[in-house]
Amino acid sequence: MTGQIKKIWKENVVTLVFIVLCLLGFAASGQTFSYVFSEVSSRLFRNFGLVFSLVIPVIAGIGLNFGIVLGAMAAQAAFIFVTHWRFQGVAALVLVALISTPLSILFGWLLGKLFNKTKGQEMITGMITGFFANGIYQLFFLVLIGTLIPMKDDRIMIYNGIGIKDTLKFEDSVANALDNIWKVRLDRIYWVFVLLGMVCLGILIWKTREEKAPGYRNRLAVYGAWEAALLVVLALCLWNGDVQMALKFTSIPMVPLILMVLMGLMVNIVLKTKLGQDFRAIGTSQKVAAASGIDVDRTRIVAIILSTILAAWGQIIFLQNIGNFNTYSSHEKVSLFAVAAILVGGASTRKATVKQCIIGIILFHTLFVIAPLAGKALLNDAAYGEYFREAISYGVITLSLVLHISSRKKGKRV
Amino acid sequence: MDDGYILQMEDIEKEYYGNRVLKGISLKLKPGEIMALVGENGAGKSTLMNVLFGMEQIRNTGGFRGRVIFDGEETHITSPREAMERGIGMVHQEFMLLPGFTITENIKLNREILKPNLLSRVFGKRLSGLDHGTMKADASRSLDRIGLELAENETVDGLPVGFMQFVEIAREIDKTNMKLIVFDEPTAVLTEIEAQKLLDTIEMISREGVAVIFISHKLDEIMQVSDTVMVMRDGENVCTLRKEDTSVGQLAELMVGRGVDAGSIAQKRSLDNDDILLSIRNLQVDMPGEGVKGLSLDVRRGEILGLGGLAGQGKIGVSNGVLGIYPTEGEILFEGEPLPMNHPLGVLKKRIAFVSEDRKNVGLILEASIEENIAVGALRVNDRFLKKTGPFTQINGKERRKHAEQMVQDFQIKCVSTRQKVGDLSGGNQQKVCMAKALTMEPKLLFVSEPTRGIDIGAKEVLLDYLVKLNREQGVTIVMTSSELKELRSVCDRIAIVTGGKLEGILEPDSPDLEFGLMMSGARMEQEFSTEPVENRGESVEKGPDTPETCGKIPDHDTERRRQE
Repeated sequence: MTGQIKKIWKENVVTLVFIVLCLLGFAASGQTFSYVFSEVSSRLFRNFGLVFSLVIPVIAGIGLNFGIVLGAMAAQAAFIFVTHWRFQGVAALVLVALISTPLSILFGWLLGKLFNKTKGQEMITGMITGFFANGIYQLFFLVLIGTLIPMKDDRIMIYNGIGIKDTLKFEDSVANALDNIWKVRLDRIYWVFVLLGMVCLGILIWKTREEKAPGYRNRLAVYGAWEAALLVVLALCLWNGDVQMALKFTSIPMVPLILMVLMGLMVNIVLKTKLGQDFRAIGTSQKVAAASGIDVDRTRIVAIILSTILAAWGQIIFLQNIGNFNTYSSHEKVSLFAVAAILVGGASTRKATVKQCIIGIILFHTLFVIAPLAGKALLNDAAYGEYFREAISYGVITLSLVLHISSRKKGKRV
Repeated sequence: MDDGYILQMEDIEKEYYGNRVLKGISLKLKPGEIMALVGENGAGKSTLMNVLFGMEQIRNTGGFRGRVIFDGEETHITSPREAMERGIGMVHQEFMLLPGFTITENIKLNREILKPNLLSRVFGKRLSGLDHGTMKADASRSLDRIGLELAENETVDGLPVGFMQFVEIAREIDKTNMKLIVFDEPTAVLTEIEAQKLLDTIEMISREGVAVIFISHKLDEIMQVSDTVMVMRDGENVCTLRKEDTSVGQLAELMVGRGVDAGSIAQKRSLDNDDILLSIRNLQVDMPGEGVKGLSLDVRRGEILGLGGLAGQGKIGVSNGVLGIYPTEGEILFEGEPLPMNHPLGVLKKRIAFVSEDRKNVGLILEASIEENIAVGALRVNDRFLKKTGPFTQINGKERRKHAEQMVQDFQIKCVSTRQKVGDLSGGNQQKVCMAKALTMEPKLLFVSEPTRGIDIGAKEVLLDYLVKLNREQGVTIVMTSSELKELRSVCDRIAIVTGGKLEGILEPDSPDLEFGLMMSGARMEQEFSTEPVENRGESVEKGPDTPETCGKIPDHDTERRRQE
C-alpha cells in the first residue's frame, strides 16, 4: 500500500505540489472563491487550444514543441491582414482561420524538416527557431509593410506609414466574437455538466465491469472516486453559498466550450487511428518503427504540422477573447506558458493526454491568478507574486526535464 | 533455373571503400530447409544478410555484385520493407519490439488491420481506425502456432526477456506468405530451456515449409537444428556441409583456422606462476554490448596476456571495467592491494595505463596537438612536464616537446610536426599516439584494447613489435584485448578466451585451432572426439571457391563412425 502511494506521489509530484501551492496561495490571497473561479474558467476557455497542440509531438517522441510559436505567428499575421481588410464579426475569425491554416502547414513542414535534422535536440531547436522566426516576423511587419509591401491603414499602422503599430486592436465586432455568440451563466447549467459527467462515468463503470480487462478493479476504484467527487461537487453547488456565488458570477462561453470538446476529441481520435499508432511507435523507438517500415521522418513532420495548426487555431481563440494583441511580443511567451501548463497537469516529455492539458491549465492559471494577489496580501507588493509566478513557470519546466532525464537513464532495458 | 530452391545467391561480392568483405559468396536454400551460418565476427555474415534485405548501407556504398534469385525469379531488393513484402522476415538479435506496446500491437506493428471511417475517406488511409478485435485474433493465432500462452493485450515491457524473442517470431510468422526467416543469434540472451524451446519453434516453422537461415555462434545448437551449415571466414565461403557430415569440432576448427604458420606463433617463455601482478575476482562490468558477468582472472608479472573471444561476449568490458570507465563490481587486487573501483584516476595513479579501443572518443583529444595528447595523461597522473613559478604551476612546454619528438621517432609517427592536430593523422598514426600517451605514464601494467583495429599492416607490425619490445626490455606487463586471434597468438604468452561475460578458459598460443573455436563458441567437445585426420570424407561437401583444400583436411569423426556402423 505504501509502495503504491509512493508510486502515485512520484509520478504526480509536479501536479500534487501545484495543488498544495494553489490552496496555500488561495488562503493567503484572501480572495473570494467566486473571483478566482470565474478568472480561471475564462482562462481555461482561451488557453486550451495552445496546450492541446503540444500533445501529439510528445506522443510522437519529439518532446515539448516550443515551435508552436510559429503557429501563433501564423494566426497573428492572419489577424493583421483581416483587420486591415475590416472584416467583421465571426466571418473575420473564420477568414483568419482560413488564412492561418495553410500558413501553419507551411511553417510546420519547415519546422518538421528542421527537427529531423536535429533529432534529440528538438526542444532547444524549437525554442531558438521561435526567436529566429520572431526576427523574420518583425522584419516583415515592422519594415517591409509600407515599403516593399504597399499598405495604407492609419488605424493599424505607425504614423509614418511604415510598419504595424505596437498594439493591434481588433474591430469591436471581432473581439469576443466567439464568446458572445452564446453565453450561459454557470448557475443555470452547472447541473447539466455534473449530471452528464456522472452518466458518462456510470457508463464507463458499467462497461469496465462487463469487459473485465486485466487490472479493471483498480480502474473501477478510480472511476468510483470520480463519481463520488462529482457528487460532492453537486452537493456543494446546491448548498454552499460560496460556490453558488461563484456559479452566478461565471458565465460560460458555449462556442469555445464546444470547440474545446471538439479539439480534444480530434486529438484523441487522431491518436486512435493508424497515424496515431505510428506516432506512438516512433515515439517509443524510431529504430524499431523504421525497421517495421514506418517512414519515421515523414511521420514526424506530420506530427509537427498538426501541432502547428492546432497552435494557430488556439491562438485565434486566445486573441479573440483578449480583443487585441501586442503585435511584436504576444507570441513570445505562448510556448512557455503552454508547456508549463501541460507539465503541471502531469505530462512529461514522453507522455501527454488531453486530460492532463485541462488539469494543467486549471492549476497553472489558478496560481497565475492567485500569486500576485497573495504577494500583495502578504508583502504588500503585487510584484513579489509576479516574480514568484515567473520563477514557478520556469521552475516547473526545469524540474520536469530533470525528472524526465533521470527516469530515462534508469529505464534502459529493451 | 528453379530446381525447387526458394533462395539462391550467386557470387555475391561486396566492397566497402576498397575493402572486400564478401568475396563471391554463393548459397542455395530449399523451402523448409534450415541453413546455419557460422563464422567469426567480420566473416561477412551480417553483410550478406544486409545484401539480402536491401539495407541502406549496402546501397549507399555502391551496391553489390552477383545475383539474388528468390522464389524462382531474379530480384533486386532495395529496402527492408520490400524484403518483407516478398516474404523474407528477420528475427533480430536485439529485440525490435516497442516496450510500451501490447503484444498484439507489436505483432501487428505497421501491418495494423484498418477500419475505414469518415476521416480516412477524406484525408487518406492513414486516418483509418484500427480493428483491434481482428488484430487480437490474428496475434493470438500466431502465438498459438508457436505454442506460447500469453495475454495478447499485455504490454511487452512486462514480459521476461526470454519471451520477447518469441513475440518477435510470432510477428514474423503472422506475416502471410512468409517464405524465409533469418534468425540472427536468437538464443544469445536466452536461458537453456528457453533456447531449447526456441530451437523447437524453428524446427516447427521449417516443417511448415518456411526456409530458415540461422546465424549463431553456438555450435551445439547448430548441430541440433540445422540441415546444412555454411562456414564463412574473411568474406569467403569456406565450405557448405550437410549436418550429418560434420561435427562440432570440425565446425569450430573451420570457423577459426586460417593456418597460422608455426613461425609466427609466440615463443614459449617460463614465467613465475605465483608472481601475480593483477588478480581479478568475480568482475562484473555494466558496459553496453560488452558486459562482463563474473569473470576471474590472474595476470602474472611480466607476461603478455591476450584476451580473446567473439564480439559482444565481454572481452572488451574487462579492461574498461578495471580502469573504471563503466560501472564495475567485484574484487581487483593489484600487487596484493585492492584497486580503487570505478575511479579511473585512482587506477591510473597506480601506474596502470590503458589504450582504449575507442580511439577517437576515449583515447585521444582529436582537436589537440600530438604533443598535448602524448602528455595529457602524464600531466595529471605523474605530475610530469610541469614547472613551478612562485604560486603558479605551469606546463613545461619545452620538456613536453622534447619528449613528444622522442616518441614520434620511436614509433615512427608520420606527421609534419608535434604541433599537428591528432585528428589529421591516419588511423595507424593515431593509434601510435595513443600508445605513446599510455607509455608516457610509465605504466607497470598496460591494457591495450583492439590496438590494430582499422589500421594498415605496416603500422600493425610496428605496434605489435613495440609491445613485445616494451614487455621484454622494460618488463611492462601487458594485457592485450583483440578480436584477431592470429595477432594474439603471435605476441601473447597465454590467451584467455572470454565467452558470455565469463572466462571460458586459458590457452597457449600454440593450442590447436579447434580448441580456440570451441571455447569461443562456448561449445563442449564430445568426449569421443579425436583429432586424428581421416582421409576420406562424405561427398556432399560443396567446397568453397577459394580454399578447397581446407575441407579435405578436417578430421571428421562422425562420418567415419557412421561408415563403420
